[in-house]
Amino acid sequence: MSYFLIIIGAIFVNNVVLAQFLGICPFLGVSKRISTGVGMTGAVAFVMVIATIVTFFIQNLILIPFGITFLQTISFILVVASLVQLVEIVLKKISPPLYQALGVFLPLITTNCAILGVAIMSVGNEYNMVEAVVFSMASAVGFGIALISFAGIREQLDLMDIPEGMQGAPVALVVAGILALAFMGFAGMV
Amino acid sequence: MKQWTNFSKGFFKENPVFILLLGLCPALGVTSSAINGLGMGLATTFVLVMANMVVSLIKGFIPEKVRIPSFIVVIATFVTIVEMTMQAYAPALFEALGLFIPLIVVNCLVLGRAEAFASKNNLVSSVVDGAGMGLGFAMALTMLGGVRELFGSGQLFGFVLFPEEYGMLVFVLAPGAFIGLGYLIAVLNRLTKA
Repeated sequence: MSYFLIIIGAIFVNNVVLAQFLGICPFLGVSKRISTGVGMTGAVAFVMVIATIVTFFIQNLILIPFGITFLQTISFILVVASLVQLVEIVLKKISPPLYQALGVFLPLITTNCAILGVAIMSVGNEYNMVEAVVFSMASAVGFGIALISFAGIREQLDLMDIPEGMQGAPVALVVAGILALAFMGFAGMV
Repeated sequence: MKQWTNFSKGFFKENPVFILLLGLCPALGVTSSAINGLGMGLATTFVLVMANMVVSLIKGFIPEKVRIPSFIVVIATFVTIVEMTMQAYAPALFEALGLFIPLIVVNCLVLGRAEAFASKNNLVSSVVDGAGMGLGFAMALTMLGGVRELFGSGQLFGFVLFPEEYGMLVFVLAPGAFIGLGYLIAVLNRLTKA
């Protein structure tokens, strides 16, 4: 039951992008086409789950036993940065098709605050191992739903007649706002 | 004169939030009030100036291949300093900004300036650039926070201007951040083009 609450909470109620404002850069940057949105979601989901698992062990086996939790920010970001490099190298070796699909998005992920944010949040919420994995997967799904539906709307926006001053970023932000408004309908569910 | 253009470009011509659209996560996440926006802006300014300073000093020693991880470590160090200082001296602000303080590390603005400017320019220019960009960022956040606070709860920096019942709650909540920033950029576009 608690897993169910974590999943619903992370996907809909506290959606990483639309309620917590994490990962806005890729949300606005790679949402021009649905296909790139799908690729980015795959890369984020992949790194997010691995990063949450690794940071979970770092927090509980190194930082807490030695009483150096103030090094959390530095150690977590180093983990994320090196993990992205590692994933890139491994993926290139063992699964070239997957690397082709995700390749261009991987370097961008280092500065995707959703990854670091989810890792810090799952430590902050004191989840156990399984809960942390479930939470990070659900967050990635939430990121994907927001990104792909936003990309779908933006593809339609290309065909619209938009006032000059609103073209580009302003109209995208207003659309994101309306999407966030829709997601607010889920508030109070958990 | 050159340093002045270096400094002032962060405010309008290359404003990180309004023009370059960098660092939008904190810009949207913490600006439910003007004072939170200002606090976040100043914290980021500190990190930006110090990181630019250190990066421009050590740029000669860092091998090309590991420069991004090294920059991130430099940035993370100053973020930790900000985090601990704020927790000790401004606990209320620390609570309000929450997760977004450690997330200054992954603010694309900070890494972007370190990579694009500080790693190629001398100490003085880098510090000036960091200060200008940081203060431009702080200005944008304060403006967005002010707009949201004013429309949402009828206050500005905590001073009551009209009763809260007449405010539009949505501006304080998440969607108001997107919509508020969207219209703010649209207005600025209109003003700069005219």
